[in-house]
Amino acid sequence: MATTKALKKVYTHLEAITKATVSLKASGVSNDELAVVGGKLAQVVKTKGDLVTLQVFSGTEGIANDAEATFMGIPPVLKVGEALTGRFFNAYGAPIDGGPEIDGEERQIGGPSVNPYKRRQPSELIPTGIAGIDLNNTIVSGQKIPFFADADQPYNNVIAQVALRADVDKIILGGMGLSNDDYLYFKNEFESAGALSKIITFINTTEQPPVERLLIPDMALTAAEYFAVDKNEKVLVLLTDMTLYADALSIVSNRMDQIPSKDSMPGSLYSDLAKIYEKAVQLPSGGSITIIAVTTLNDGDITHAIPDNTGYITEGQLFLRADADSGKVIIDPFRSLSRLKQLVQGKKTREDHSQVMNAAIRLYADAQNAKTKLENGFDLSEYDLRCLDYAKEYAIKLLAIDVNITIDEMLNTAWQLFGKYFSPAETGIKQVFIDKYWVNK
Amino acid sequence: MKSTGKVTGIVSNLVTVALDGPVSQNEICYINLDGTRLMAEVIKVNGNFAAVQVFESTRGLKNGSLVEFENKMLEVTLGPGLLSSCYDGLQNNLAVMDDVFLKRGEYTKALDEEKIWDFTPIAAVGDKVAAADWLGEVKEGWLPHKIMVPFSFAGEYTIKSIAAAGSYKVADTIAVLTNEDGEDVKVTMTQKWPVKVAIKGYKEKPRPQKIMETGVRIIDTLNPIAEGGTGFIPGPFGCGKTVLQHAIAKQGEADVIVMAACGERANEVVEIFTEFPELIDPHTGRHLMERTTIICNTSNMPVAAREASVYTAMTICEYYRAMGLKVLLLADSTSRWAQALREMSNRMEELPGADAFPVDLSAIISNFYSRAGMVVLNNGKTGAVTFIGTVSPAGGNLKEPVTESTKKAARCFYALEQNRADKKRYPAVNPIDSYSKYLEYPEIQSFLNKTICDGWVEMVNKTKNLIRKGKDAAEQINILGDDGVPMFYHETFWKSELIDFVILQQDAFDSIDALCPIKRQKYMLELVLSICDKEFVFEDFEKCRDYFKNVINTLRQMNYSEFESEQFNKYHNELNKLLESNGNN
Repeated sequence: MATTKALKKVYTHLEAITKATVSLKASGVSNDELAVVGGKLAQVVKTKGDLVTLQVFSGTEGIANDAEATFMGIPPVLKVGEALTGRFFNAYGAPIDGGPEIDGEERQIGGPSVNPYKRRQPSELIPTGIAGIDLNNTIVSGQKIPFFADADQPYNNVIAQVALRADVDKIILGGMGLSNDDYLYFKNEFESAGALSKIITFINTTEQPPVERLLIPDMALTAAEYFAVDKNEKVLVLLTDMTLYADALSIVSNRMDQIPSKDSMPGSLYSDLAKIYEKAVQLPSGGSITIIAVTTLNDGDITHAIPDNTGYITEGQLFLRADADSGKVIIDPFRSLSRLKQLVQGKKTREDHSQVMNAAIRLYADAQNAKTKLENGFDLSEYDLRCLDYAKEYAIKLLAIDVNITIDEMLNTAWQLFGKYFSPAETGIKQVFIDKYWVNK
Repeated sequence: MKSTGKVTGIVSNLVTVALDGPVSQNEICYINLDGTRLMAEVIKVNGNFAAVQVFESTRGLKNGSLVEFENKMLEVTLGPGLLSSCYDGLQNNLAVMDDVFLKRGEYTKALDEEKIWDFTPIAAVGDKVAAADWLGEVKEGWLPHKIMVPFSFAGEYTIKSIAAAGSYKVADTIAVLTNEDGEDVKVTMTQKWPVKVAIKGYKEKPRPQKIMETGVRIIDTLNPIAEGGTGFIPGPFGCGKTVLQHAIAKQGEADVIVMAACGERANEVVEIFTEFPELIDPHTGRHLMERTTIICNTSNMPVAAREASVYTAMTICEYYRAMGLKVLLLADSTSRWAQALREMSNRMEELPGADAFPVDLSAIISNFYSRAGMVVLNNGKTGAVTFIGTVSPAGGNLKEPVTESTKKAARCFYALEQNRADKKRYPAVNPIDSYSKYLEYPEIQSFLNKTICDGWVEMVNKTKNLIRKGKDAAEQINILGDDGVPMFYHETFWKSELIDFVILQQDAFDSIDALCPIKRQKYMLELVLSICDKEFVFEDFEKCRDYFKNVINTLRQMNYSEFESEQFNKYHNELNKLLESNGNN
């Protein structure tokens, strides 16, 4: 059955083939190691006696049951080095931009976790100019936060803007199931901003097999760890779209006959996603990894297993929504949250930040109640009318994603809106701040 | 004679081992991976094969690798030095590991064996003692840490010798005991205990008698938890589970706090050991970290150790309870532990129950909750373990197996609600759905009426009723419109808003409002209820709304002011003027 070629054993009989996996009899195989089956890259996912099951990344189409299989003895690796910057790679870490191979140290991807005790509390603000983020859901270095967006929302444009405005040393983009158009969009945006020198891209487009996507986050994060841990740099990792990543997970687990849990996702979805997102870290040396991801939703449904598990793992979420009243795409203040915002609000930003933020959102909620009343055909009170006017202006001036101002400007804008539409008591803000910042009509 | 075996199959962290001798369920073994020893636990035995769950990544592991069984279950080391420590789920001390990354197979000592402790004997030579009886004590921080007869000692012993007061290390012999057969056994300041077995060694486990103060109004006032009680906090993500739990950890009236970060975010643990050493325990004035032990298995750490982490935490709690201390265990989140069980059950190809969870999930959860409780020790003193777990229901839907199983086991239910969180009404505990069964206990009722004030329970029930009435009124107003309902509907609604804004809502990030002692809770509840008792006269509903908004705003400013300070009194006077301007008693 097996012959020896160049010191590596070559197996030539597959016991079973499914759409994503093959099984064969082999010995001396280690868990997680890579193999080549019929010229395609595969990874060991299960051994039972001498029967080894491999997941074939690019799918098993065309693999014959007498295909040659050789084991490589190592799990997937990425060659790391300064030379990664400005380059584009596929899911296996091979260049796709026509440039030379990277000459660097080989690192196993999906490596161990940082000792929680060695972490530092995130405390550096990452300003984006978007008030829906900076004012209401401030992002901090070392944080992990996804955009929750329906497929028709301009989420890739928003994360491209966030990436270009963020003050970081490296930006690493992991694209999973990106359309070719979106891939080129990112490339053009980064190039025209002249930012390519600090950007590294790992791409799996819709033209490539879905299972290959499973490697993208680990590749991107291995590169990120190199810059954050070895070089003490601030690294921002963008992962889009994690829903397609999870879909690939469910394909593999399904082929391995695992019992699915909610929404036909594997029972280990939480751990699988956590392994990726928890790579976000603030290190004592000053290096950090911040992850901004995209999770696309099906018609805004956040109870689906993918956004649901994501929400429990990440430190908040940014919810994109088209707002009919203002005609803008806004960051929904109700469903969005940054869990780390209190680490910087009022500490790295002005003292009135959190009170202003809360009051502005509470009044926006009052406007929503007024809207419900209106829809039910009731007369609106004078207060309701003021709330509605306020809500529209608040959405345009502060919630819309096309806003680009400093945080002090955001706070001043909010105070102007308060003064224009409300009395101090209606805002419920602490008296000391009212005394200091209140703007009369 | 320890058994050995060889690896014959690997799926993720589930490894099958061919055995050469006897093994027992839950026995610990080590798998040799090129010189690195990976710890694992037997979870199933079938013929000459054992299925073991590995507490580490199995990357690179090969069939044929040697497995050595240890002839014991997963144990923790108990002794002075547990407090202020940060352990992983298997009680490895994370603070003493050098590398930034966690290394596979790196296991540490749980206690500092070089540290010197000042020992004072309590028992004397010739005393008859049994398991869990106190032999002496050392000062761990400010806590009297009792050195006990090991829990594993069966039967009665006579003290043959006991160390004199002085300085000792944890491994030094501090007593020699003679058993009923006349054999001598040495006792040190440390002992081991298997985590999945409850520590007994107490006389009885009576019903809870007292309330554990948390400083959180929506808990203490509305649905108090008993000392030695159990409670759980389910809620969708983003509703403030962790903030609420941290508030309880900071303010809870307990001698020892054990926090089990089970499958949650690493940054939350970082927050604890960044902030706690700075924060002061409001009850003793000592640093919070001095009374806190962290057991941390974050979501990216090995899944099997997640399950172990909650048991490790509970065992440490039971150990301190046996010293006559009040212990509070917070586990965030028990859903992650249940998911770890599900992952293993799935890999073992067991027939699944609801949502692919193992069928015995409910039994496992209630068994765990039952380890909490107040106990009367053999010497008549009492100790308590109060347990509050969080649950992360999939999709925020409370009709899922973990929430339902926990509801059967826990006595307090603090339902966090998306709707309240969206409106930033924190803590987002639903005041109507949540409950505390302890409020119905006659012994707790008389405790409350005695220690807070006469008629307190009645006041609490009245408050709850006002909230319910307010909700009904709000529904009517929504259906019929502001003008379509009589004036008193508006008044009823705004009175419930008054309770909501002043009593239920609390700013966990405000230095003053975050902690509300019982005395202040009583003051504010009486004040708010006295306003609710008034009947007001309003021309229209807008006047009613404006009036109550003013009242609420003034009361909130009181909440933000130091209790009974000049500022507090100033707002109180403003409030009195507002109240004089309208309404009669």
